[in-house]
Amino acid sequence: MPTITYIEHDGTAHTVEVAEGFSVMEGAINNTVPGIDADCGGACACATCHVYVDPAWQHLTGTQSEAEASMISFANAVEPNSRLSCQIKVTAELDGLVVRMPAGQH
Amino acid sequence: MPEPGIIIAGAGHAGGAAAAALRQFGWKGAITVIGNEPIPPYQRPPLSKAWLTGDATAESLALRPERFYTQQTITLRLSTTIAAIDRAARAIRLADGQTLPYTTLILALGARARRLPLPGFDLPGVLELRTAADADRLKATIGPGRRIAIIGGGYIGLEAAASSRALGAEAVVLEREPRLLARVASPPLSEFFAAAHRAHGVIIHTDAQVTGLVGQNGTERGRVAGVQLADGTILPCHAALVGVGAIPNDEIAAAAGLRCENGVVVDEHARTEDPAIFAIGDLTNRPLALYGRRGRLESVPNALEQARQAAAAITGRPPPAAEVPWFWSDQYDIKLQIAGLPHDVARLVVRGDPSTGSFAVFHLDADRRVQCVESVNTPAEFMAGRLMILKRRPVDAAALADLSSNMKDLAA
Repeated sequence: MPTITYIEHDGTAHTVEVAEGFSVMEGAINNTVPGIDADCGGACACATCHVYVDPAWQHLTGTQSEAEASMISFANAVEPNSRLSCQIKVTAELDGLVVRMPAGQH
Repeated sequence: MPEPGIIIAGAGHAGGAAAAALRQFGWKGAITVIGNEPIPPYQRPPLSKAWLTGDATAESLALRPERFYTQQTITLRLSTTIAAIDRAARAIRLADGQTLPYTTLILALGARARRLPLPGFDLPGVLELRTAADADRLKATIGPGRRIAIIGGGYIGLEAAASSRALGAEAVVLEREPRLLARVASPPLSEFFAAAHRAHGVIIHTDAQVTGLVGQNGTERGRVAGVQLADGTILPCHAALVGVGAIPNDEIAAAAGLRCENGVVVDEHARTEDPAIFAIGDLTNRPLALYGRRGRLESVPNALEQARQAAAAITGRPPPAAEVPWFWSDQYDIKLQIAGLPHDVARLVVRGDPSTGSFAVFHLDADRRVQCVESVNTPAEFMAGRLMILKRRPVDAAALADLSSNMKDLAA
């Protein structure tokens, strides 16, 4: 099963296994990783699952859709590697993925 | 003797979120979540969408995996009905007579589908849509060659109509008011959705006065076979879905002497007038600070916000910042996002052309402040609108209507 490391804003790292087919957001929620709220449950409607994809992994996580880009542009502390984690599906090639979380989602 | 701990009465989205927020905020004591459904807390929004069309699994529907509750030492008591609250004894009584003491009680009992007091509404095949079991019953009746009559042109009805079409069934929507979504959306949005559903083959009757449901051969027996209208017409159907609003499950709170006015009355920390009892979610009549009034909101974001308010108050954390109420709905390829509430609206400003499939309707008050925005496939307008509602500053209506003006600049 792919392993994903979620790093909280204060540096606390959580390395958990996430089954293929789930989203990076669901991986955090299902493993009680704090720092991702995901209020809408993955409908790309709320921008409360904002993460920064480690630059080494950006080429494998794909790019923002138009809707996702619009939502993210209004989030706090946006960076070029910002993504909504509900829009990243976990695949075998994402084994080892590292994402960082912002200070807050609201 | 150890403290009895926190009882969360209700295992829906609000109850499940409250348990998770309490642990996240460092509550170490006992937490018991009691629900009358047989499954752990799950997401209800997909029931009328991905769950119905088979695009969601039980695993993806669950709010948290089952191991979460074990790992976090949260006790789930499912298929369990609460009969009464004994405030003096700080205990709840279950339907089987058992009593459970609490230090703090969080009421998260939700709302139930409103029933129509008309003939035939108890016939087999007359369905509602609040729970996973309801959705499974509905799913079993829709498919190619079947026709479902949907009574009520609100969000649940329209989402079910879209899913029925996706599954190849005919869908007929019967709305009592002159337009769809009459209570909850602006006229331009109603028109847009009516056109979109008609384009997908949904039959819509507005101003439709349903007087009853009839069984096979026009009798009041057997499975539902038709919907009777005031003019005597009978519309044949294989099943009927009733989506005409919801009423709060506040009876046991009222019986315990807690103030209830269309829901349990709470303050901005989700507290009831009893310091040991909180109430959250669809159940509550809550302050709407941005609008200077109170109201009951039926939405996931509201459930989550109040779950966080209660958890913060119980754990002694500073209260979370006030949020703008918001809602979403997915139908076909249409993503609707609504921020705010349409109170004290003096004018509407439409940004974009509805015929293009992406536009937004801004609701302004007499001082040109944004009260609400309905955004269709325009997430930037939704996000900007949310900020504008929070800032409460007058806006330039002409600039808002002008697609060449940037939403980020307008919200700045």
